[in-house]
Amino acid sequence: METGTVTVKRGLAQMLKGGVIMDVVTPEHAAIAQEAGAVAVMALERIPADIRANGGVARMSGIELIRSIMDAVTIPVMAKCRIGHFAEAQVLQQLGVDYIDESEVLTPADDNYHVDKHAFKTPFVCGARDLGEALRRIAEGAAMIRSKGEAGSGNIVEAVRHMRAIGDAIRELHTAPKEELVARARDLGASVELVTEIAREGKLPVVLFCAGGVATPADAALMMQLGAEGIFVGSGIFKSKDPKRFARAIVDATTHFNEPEIVLEACRSLGASEAMPGLDIRQLTEAQLMAPRGV
Amino acid sequence: MLALQGDVIEHLAALEHCGASAFAVKTPADLERVDALIVPGGESTAVMKLLERSGLGRAIVERTRAGMPLWGTCMGMIVAAHDVVGLDQPTLDLIDITVRRNAFGRQNDSAQVELAIPALGKAPFPAIFIRAPWIERQGRNVAVLAQREGRGVMAREGNVLATSFHPELGTDARVHQYFLQMVRQQGKASTAA
Repeated sequence: METGTVTVKRGLAQMLKGGVIMDVVTPEHAAIAQEAGAVAVMALERIPADIRANGGVARMSGIELIRSIMDAVTIPVMAKCRIGHFAEAQVLQQLGVDYIDESEVLTPADDNYHVDKHAFKTPFVCGARDLGEALRRIAEGAAMIRSKGEAGSGNIVEAVRHMRAIGDAIRELHTAPKEELVARARDLGASVELVTEIAREGKLPVVLFCAGGVATPADAALMMQLGAEGIFVGSGIFKSKDPKRFARAIVDATTHFNEPEIVLEACRSLGASEAMPGLDIRQLTEAQLMAPRGV
Repeated sequence: MLALQGDVIEHLAALEHCGASAFAVKTPADLERVDALIVPGGESTAVMKLLERSGLGRAIVERTRAGMPLWGTCMGMIVAAHDVVGLDQPTLDLIDITVRRNAFGRQNDSAQVELAIPALGKAPFPAIFIRAPWIERQGRNVAVLAQREGRGVMAREGNVLATSFHPELGTDARVHQYFLQMVRQQGKASTAA
């Protein structure tokens, strides 16, 4: 019997495909998320919109909080560690969370290096803005990739940019002549082996989700049609005026992303409840941006 | 292939490899076009909600009770089971087993195991378990086809097959072939009828 293999680490993400993973800050939130049909929850002390508003240093969440969320639901529970903070990751693995998100939403602990994720039995998900970042994270052992988006902004534009960048680069590699692959690996900052694999398969070797800025059912349907295999929703649910309805509507729109009549129904189900307030990303200063952290 | 959520394309690829034609089922109308159904791996609470909301759950129960072959992997086993230990979780009740969810542990205990499955021949089957359930109780008409650590992990009752592991994540196609054989036999039986 073998545990912690690449197959079982990537395998759990394969089971989450087509689903919605929701940020939650209390066991009650987690129960609402599960009831709405979330495939997993991300246990956090503060959702990204509040991290943004509060400022200061954002760290791994308190253990008691994560534990209480693990006890509250039967679906997988993920938790975040700071970029490069392998000791936080060791603690999360010891605690027994199902997935670790090495996340730019928290304040980075290392401005040069990410965690060596091969050293862990617990699988990791990491953010990426483009194919080069995605392949570097996979080389470090990430078993799942998500777009970075701009977390807590309620603005989908960054996630769209990242999903399109990753998709375009994969399609380009898939049709590139073989003699170009070494130079393309150099330009991407990724290994020739991985680049060759992408060129052959025409897809990443791990599951690709969208994250960052999803606030409405239509946002979720948009990202699924752009090639996301599932959706992370951070602030979009519990910063909305009616989390239960938003949770369910985003799940329905994700499942039936290419059936506009069902997405319409999901939008209609929100009644007059408002989505979370959004931010114009162009108005943010460089220090306020999260996506450029950890390349 | 039930395609509300989970590892659908892995199953589709395995079926294609075996020479079967397969497609994604998301609505009751899609279901009318298939001879058999696979319920893939995924999250059972999420998929049960979606089955209830869409009316697809009821349609699957009707077709399966009328003889349509159905195979559930991991989540699919839970969805097809009679009930779930300790949880007030709805199921479709298509095979008379009681399952325990996440029975082998959380993700850190997910494992690859060489499994003896006499029905598939002598060679052990490389089984991939991910937060997998086990069979806690089975009815009189249920045949347990494989065990791990003394717990049932593969079972069949008539036209319904359930595995708590994921043949679709590996390259050994014997469980897919076994299910396709069930489908062919059912086809003959219904033609004869």
